[in-house]
Amino acid sequence: MELTKEQKEMLEGKHGNAVRKSMSILVALGEIYGAKRLIPVTSVQISGVSYDNLGDAGLEFLDEMAKDGKTRVKTTLNPAGMDMENWEALGIDPEFARKQKLVIEAFEKMGVEATCTCTPYFIGNKPNFGDHIAWGESSAVTYANSVLGAKTNKEGGPSSIASALTGFTAEYGLHLDENRRAQFVAEVKANIENPMLFGALGNVVGKLAKGRIPLITGIEKASTEDLKSLSASIVTYGGAPLFHIDGITPNRTEVPEEKVIVSQEDIDNAVKEMNDTGDVEFIFLGCPHCSIEELERISELLRGKKVKKELWIGVARPIKKIADEKGYSEIIEQSGAKFACDTCHVVAPLKGRFHSIATNSAKGIFYGRGKNNFKTMFRTLEECIQKAVGE
Amino acid sequence: MRGRKIFGGKVEGEALVSNEGISFYGGVDPDTGTVTEKGHPLEGQCITGKILVFPTGKGSTVGSYTIYRLKKNGKAPAAIINRECETVVAVGAIISEIPCVDKIDTEKIKTGEKLRVNADEGIVECVGK
Repeated sequence: MELTKEQKEMLEGKHGNAVRKSMSILVALGEIYGAKRLIPVTSVQISGVSYDNLGDAGLEFLDEMAKDGKTRVKTTLNPAGMDMENWEALGIDPEFARKQKLVIEAFEKMGVEATCTCTPYFIGNKPNFGDHIAWGESSAVTYANSVLGAKTNKEGGPSSIASALTGFTAEYGLHLDENRRAQFVAEVKANIENPMLFGALGNVVGKLAKGRIPLITGIEKASTEDLKSLSASIVTYGGAPLFHIDGITPNRTEVPEEKVIVSQEDIDNAVKEMNDTGDVEFIFLGCPHCSIEELERISELLRGKKVKKELWIGVARPIKKIADEKGYSEIIEQSGAKFACDTCHVVAPLKGRFHSIATNSAKGIFYGRGKNNFKTMFRTLEECIQKAVGE
Repeated sequence: MRGRKIFGGKVEGEALVSNEGISFYGGVDPDTGTVTEKGHPLEGQCITGKILVFPTGKGSTVGSYTIYRLKKNGKAPAAIINRECETVVAVGAIISEIPCVDKIDTEKIKTGEKLRVNADEGIVECVGK
């Protein structure tokens, strides 16, 4: 791989230990994947933030990188293992909280904006069309590639940090236009009209894709929330972190010959498969984190009602602050529902605390089962609220 | 045998060979260096100080952090030899500074053989049983 003078100096340690280590990660990845050079990135999203996933090992690594590492581009963080302010109300163990705070402090020392969300594009980390970026968090990676038209591979924790501290990434995979073309057509002949059903579509197309890039046709319109849900689901269930939707997403692609029909029956079966039998004790909305429009809708549905089950609403803290000003938060909290800012049911230490979950997120179903061993109920946002208030 | 350097260094040690992939996150105890994955060919064995030979890594990207923790605890393998190194193990070896070589025919190496690894040059030699 060819390096510039500056990049060579970084690799030799002239810019400190954290930059040297970062550069060696990027160069090794570049060589493994046959990159010819490193390219500048305009934005980074770091995954690997929850102490539940990092452990002391990850924390030590972060401390070492924070000794002399400083971010060179706009960098935001994935959800943490708890609400950084309201953790006690959510029943988080104090020792876990102490360790989680140390993780965040290490990131802040590096100059990372410690916003802790899987929807950085809602809070000002929104790259432009064609920008090269280095993002972790599979749902955000897929949204950035597909909906924003930025270009990123699916980065792990250390490689996203490496890009933040050097401002570079290796040019391979989805940074190259020839790797961004659709590889098959998924023609939808089913009614897909809300985020839950877009999640079901992601389940079906992701499984069909097996790591390939689909061109989805037959979708007339899709809201931001629909696309957020599809982005999370399609990559969770096996697709590449990039899709095209004819007439909706901004990337241009040739139309591949291979065509697969997605029928109403396929969607119905996916919905059925994501539902276990029995009632639920825990309801989570906001996977990926809620938009302000979703909070408005939730507050309308909860106005004047009391929840009878544990209902958590995952959201980026800056979006919750907008909801505070608009009065949505007061209505939601008066119902007994809880905000889970900075976190979600996937990364919080919930195994054993609950045994069943209802959510409108197909991704949330996958990790509820796999990581927390929950029984699952897959419903629309409105039906989830009805479950919570016992209607 | 000549392969490709992932992370440099020179070391000699005893080979511990698995014909299956290793998931460090959830598959290896970072405090003891013991393989804990149920049904894994190396289940119950300690990787500490060994030249750990396996085809390729698998599992969560958090595995890179597990390798780092092994190193910090003094429980890491002395070197890692793969057929095809993927990102989890590559990044783990780099951040932990463990010599690592791939593009090696791992099936030709047997557990217990003494290996000399020159990861800077990507060379792995058997120097005795």
